[in-house]
Amino acid sequence: MRAIRVWSVRHARGLMKLYDTFEGVIMAVEPLARTIGYERLEAPVAAVERGVKSVLFDCRMCGQCALSSTGMSCPMNCPKNLRNGPCGGVREDGTCEVEPDMPCVWVEAWRGGQTMGNGKLLDVQAPVDHRMEGSSSWLRLMRRKKDGTYPEPAASARDDMGTPAA
Amino acid sequence: MKSKGNLEARLAAGAFVITAETTPPDGADEASVMDRVGCLEGLVDAVNVTDGAGARAHMSALATGAIMARNGIEPVLQFTVRDRNRLAIQGEMIGAPALGIPSILCLHGDNVANGDQPDAKPVEDTDSRGLMAMARHMRDTGTFPAPSERRIDPAPGLLIGGADAPRDPEAGFRPTTLEGKIAAGADFFQTQFAYDIDVLKRYMAALDDRGVTEKAYFIVGVGPIVSARSARWMNENLFGVHVPEHVIERVEGADDEKAEGRRVCAELVEQFKEIKGVNGAHLMAPRGEKAIARTLTDYNLRG
Amino acid sequence: MTGDGRAGVEQPTGPLNEGPAFPEMIDPGPIDPGSPLEPRPGHTSRGRLERVLRAGEFAVTAELSPPDSADPMDVFERAAIFDGWVDAINATDGSGANCHMSSVGVCALLTRVGYAPVLQISARDRNRIAIQGDVLGAAAMGVANVLCLTGDGVRCGDQPEAKPVFDLDCMGSLQIIRAMRDKSEFASGRKLDKAPELFLGAAANPFAPPRDFRPLRLAKKIAAGAQFAQTQYCYDIALLERYMARVRDMGLHERCFILVGVGPLASARSARWIRSNVPGVHIPDGAIRRLEGAEKPRTEGKRLCIELIQQLREIAGVSGIHLMAYRQEESVAEIIERSGVLKGRAPHAVRPVIPDHMRQRYRAQA
Repeated sequence: MRAIRVWSVRHARGLMKLYDTFEGVIMAVEPLARTIGYERLEAPVAAVERGVKSVLFDCRMCGQCALSSTGMSCPMNCPKNLRNGPCGGVREDGTCEVEPDMPCVWVEAWRGGQTMGNGKLLDVQAPVDHRMEGSSSWLRLMRRKKDGTYPEPAASARDDMGTPAA
Repeated sequence: MKSKGNLEARLAAGAFVITAETTPPDGADEASVMDRVGCLEGLVDAVNVTDGAGARAHMSALATGAIMARNGIEPVLQFTVRDRNRLAIQGEMIGAPALGIPSILCLHGDNVANGDQPDAKPVEDTDSRGLMAMARHMRDTGTFPAPSERRIDPAPGLLIGGADAPRDPEAGFRPTTLEGKIAAGADFFQTQFAYDIDVLKRYMAALDDRGVTEKAYFIVGVGPIVSARSARWMNENLFGVHVPEHVIERVEGADDEKAEGRRVCAELVEQFKEIKGVNGAHLMAPRGEKAIARTLTDYNLRG
Repeated sequence: MTGDGRAGVEQPTGPLNEGPAFPEMIDPGPIDPGSPLEPRPGHTSRGRLERVLRAGEFAVTAELSPPDSADPMDVFERAAIFDGWVDAINATDGSGANCHMSSVGVCALLTRVGYAPVLQISARDRNRIAIQGDVLGAAAMGVANVLCLTGDGVRCGDQPEAKPVFDLDCMGSLQIIRAMRDKSEFASGRKLDKAPELFLGAAANPFAPPRDFRPLRLAKKIAAGAQFAQTQYCYDIALLERYMARVRDMGLHERCFILVGVGPLASARSARWIRSNVPGVHIPDGAIRRLEGAEKPRTEGKRLCIELIQQLREIAGVSGIHLMAYRQEESVAEIIERSGVLKGRAPHAVRPVIPDHMRQRYRAQA
């Protein structure tokens, strides 16, 4: 499983492009989803999402996907669920403080983020809404983009970046 | 004595105790704590401090209790399992006696979904019995629970409480929940509102038969009824509460519903004193500290 | 009815000196460091630490390990060691994932006798409902500084089966507490009766990988509300220089006061143990070799610490030091004095008058 996860991070840029395309597709089928009804779609879409993202990212189905802001490294795999960067306990070899056999999610995210070349790593992610666990973040994205209620980050450190990440 | 508290001393001496309840304020203001609860000074043996009542954030119970203790009102600190894991809870259990808080009440707590921050994570590292067992372990052995077993010196001297709800005992009634809590460490119980005196009498008699009243103190819940409407609301919405219809009618028929509600409360407290196994009354009224104080003063209930 | 709770400690008699040169720091006078100072424009707290830093003084803070005891005297005794040497005392929150007296409990005791604590809040043990309650409670009791941390993993401690909470991360805590202070509301939007007046801090570790990301992480914490940062132990000045260079490039030092963590190493053996067992602490070989070669390793450890302080004081953008002298608390005064960081400035000394009932009630129990 980890091999695939590492591959996903290495190819974060490609996946990001794929994701952008996918987002286009999602928005194209939004009227259809609205006709069928979001509630009826929730269970089957969540199941598919779980399947795909478990394989690629070891997804934990927090229901509020942040992969596009975390270099395609799922932050919910961090034993501390850190969505904003690494804790101070990262070991010298880049492994996790809590699980020494696991590479730090954020060491990987940093690597992935650099290949993605966007500043989203600098956005402050809002606290997790624990009610959403297990639900589809694709449907939520679809609905919120359409309604114009997709949340912008409350805070970001983008302006502090003297030089953009390579 | 397990604690250094006045509450335990009075219970042990066989006195009929009076406790009350307060909800911490929603601001960073020391004075606001005593503004609310100061009216109970000298009228009660201890005042419970709720812990995130209604699953909403308020000033922390530990801080509120510390402020009360330093101003001469003995707190009973309520602990729920909803917001903290065992490390945080144990840390507060050690801190409590250092701040002059001698008693705790262990509860489960309202569900996160019922509060105004339903997105918060419910913690539930343990349950209310787990809380009691932790507190007793630390008090009696002077160590943190296994596998830590690290020494605590001096150990936190705490009187440990649990919650209970009086009900009409059915045939073959067995107080297994209470026995479980006593086995886990409960020294006293504070109960849900008991407005039905006949039910309470039958309940306490059943507990007495089983020898439960010998093993723990029972402080029975009651409160000044605000109005007939609020009594009906309690019947429909509060678990285990039954205000009998004749009581509601009495309040409804009165010129001053509030005054009648206080009279009903005071009469019940007097009746509690006659029931074997009841060691005190626990007066609760949401944001009603002043109504409690008035009930206690007007009817001279302070023993 | 509210009581100032500081019986016996002399209270400020008049307005503080408002001069920009900060003369009251040189001559403390009869001022209780725990009591709120007069509000000042541009200040968010009424505490001494913010005042010292904004005046451009080099600040000194120290860490107090809460006792495994229900006796307030144990807290007072630990604080007394730092008295008159530091601008604020950090009360740790279950550091190393081991339970000790709660940080709110420790702060309640410290403010009571006049100390100026920094309340550490870790996201490991409580959810957002508890964190907001703790902030209000601490602020009500006179705590002016809060440091938001993630917290060590539960499995590092001696009750590894405890449930890790991590409802918020430190940035979530910072954002919520900042909104409580600036907008006077809970995260739910419900209004507060009185907003907490706080100086908000975050932890930083410039020495752990991924090192290029570390300055950016600080930038995020600043965006989330951090006004000061206290760092992990610094034993490698070159690494710190590199970090600070990037911090200065980004201008972060102008928006956040950075206090660098320091502490004396007891011996080469203990340094090696820390290096392999405490993740996130980076000790270079050079430091260990020095301790190994020394006749008196403890003295050498102190000397090393003093030298580091003198070096990092010269780095632009470093606003102070944070002394963590775990189990060597008695050496704090000596290290501060010999390093000369205070430049003759005297942080306030408390003349703690401990209420009699506290002495009697709990001493008797021991």
